[in-house]
Amino acid sequence: MTVHLSRTLWRLADVVEVVPETPRTKSLVLEVPGWEGHKAGQHVDVRLTAEDGYQAQRSYSIASAPEDERLVLTVDRLDDGEVSPYLTEVLMVGDKLEFRGPIGGYFTWEAREGGPLLLIGGGSGVVPLMAMLRHRAAVGSDVPTRLLSSSRSYEDIIYRRELENLAARDGSLEVIHTLTRSQPASWSGYQRRIDAEMLAEVAWSPEERPLAFVCGPTPLVEAVGAALVGLGHAAARVKTERFGATGG
Amino acid sequence: MRKGFISRGFEGRRRGQDTKLPPGQYLEDGFPVLSAGPAPRTPLEAWDFSIVGEVDEPKRWTWEEFKRLPSEEITRDIHCVTKWSKLGTRWEGVSVDTLLEEVETAAEYVTAFCDGDYTTNLPLEDVTGGKAWVVYAYEGEPLEPIHGGPARLLVPHLYFWKSAKWVRGLRLTADDIPGFWESLGYHNYGDPWREQRYWGD
Amino acid sequence: MDELRLDGNAAAGALGEIFSFKVTTAEYTCEGCGKTDRIGAAMVYEVRGLGTIVRCPSCDHALIRLAHSRGRHWLDLRGIRCLQVEDVAG
Repeated sequence: MTVHLSRTLWRLADVVEVVPETPRTKSLVLEVPGWEGHKAGQHVDVRLTAEDGYQAQRSYSIASAPEDERLVLTVDRLDDGEVSPYLTEVLMVGDKLEFRGPIGGYFTWEAREGGPLLLIGGGSGVVPLMAMLRHRAAVGSDVPTRLLSSSRSYEDIIYRRELENLAARDGSLEVIHTLTRSQPASWSGYQRRIDAEMLAEVAWSPEERPLAFVCGPTPLVEAVGAALVGLGHAAARVKTERFGATGG
Repeated sequence: MRKGFISRGFEGRRRGQDTKLPPGQYLEDGFPVLSAGPAPRTPLEAWDFSIVGEVDEPKRWTWEEFKRLPSEEITRDIHCVTKWSKLGTRWEGVSVDTLLEEVETAAEYVTAFCDGDYTTNLPLEDVTGGKAWVVYAYEGEPLEPIHGGPARLLVPHLYFWKSAKWVRGLRLTADDIPGFWESLGYHNYGDPWREQRYWGD
Repeated sequence: MDELRLDGNAAAGALGEIFSFKVTTAEYTCEGCGKTDRIGAAMVYEVRGLGTIVRCPSCDHALIRLAHSRGRHWLDLRGIRCLQVEDVAG
């Protein structure tokens, strides 16, 4: 008889590695005894408890592929946050982290669902999309895929090197960046917030029926979602995940 | 309370030891925005405030009429059930006593109703006798929509969910009718000093 | 302040504590406007510390109102006329 831990029960993970990704972002590599796996796009709820019982809880998208051995979360440190400063500045290797999950059945992608795949992320919205890209690479899928990633600056691009490497060795994957606040002198790419004009250039035509996943701060997600539908894409082929006002 | 897992080094938001705070509260510098629905967007030309229900004669004011009513400046501490408190917040508005002048009623309760679907219930005696206002300015400025503007109810002696945002009127009722949060397990009365957060407290 | 709203995925954890089925893929029919969609596509307002409100994206009607206190979940589903949940295979 197999016993499955309910994904709604709180359990503990071991922090085995902390990886700086950008000046404000870190990836937490977790070892979870008995982890049953997840789908790319899902998230976990993380809960912190202080000595006096005070608790704070937030959701974080899973960054790792289902094929990876360890569970990885990528956390953006919000200046006025309560949980993210703890996760990025206090938590260290050897600590335990309480969480539940994986959670979510709507914003997920498996390679067998096909494409073309259009991934649009703002800031830490790129995290669940990265899980999808890592899964795609792990299973050797050649589903035509484009990632449009919006970041404040070159230094703030999460997973920049890994994305370069993935795209370099895979002709069916394209990564397009837009830098909204500051750009390096040699930058020839987009340098503004994602808008309908940019989407018209980057997205496939509606006739090719791409599957779109849009993730990031709520204003970005709603603007991009509306723009895609305005360009003729079927609303049912555009899936969204909003991170609230400022991000994950 | 069962002692479970403790996150090493986690302290949460700064919590004050100030004796002026009700039990379980902490001092907040900002003004958190908690919203259960989309921001209402009623233009002032369409806005009105009414007293309805178990009354002989309903009353109604347009925005222009409401702004002409005698108003006062109120400085009070406010306490949210989510544990933050702000001391000495400054508001401007019309006392509910003024709004209920000449209203004949046998009702013992009121339900505040608002743009959107929010409601909250209170005993009539908790909004009269200088305990409640309908306010339209905060810290000297017109009340912002995210904080309930153009006008919200202010009942500082109870948890702040009773200070209904985007308030449009008071319905006087014979029976006590649990409102939006009261029907979801929150305390029917909500006295912060007796820590009445949840039903059964 | 509409910046604060999320989509149905955000409620999946809280609703998963009560329902054994995958809530975000269940289909609701809105009592307010009669439209049908998946809960994952609905609007979620996480009123931090107070509760979770799931609203119809077409008409803003409150589909699900959820709070948790003193070891008890309080759930108001009056906003859903009908909920459809697929069988779980196996």
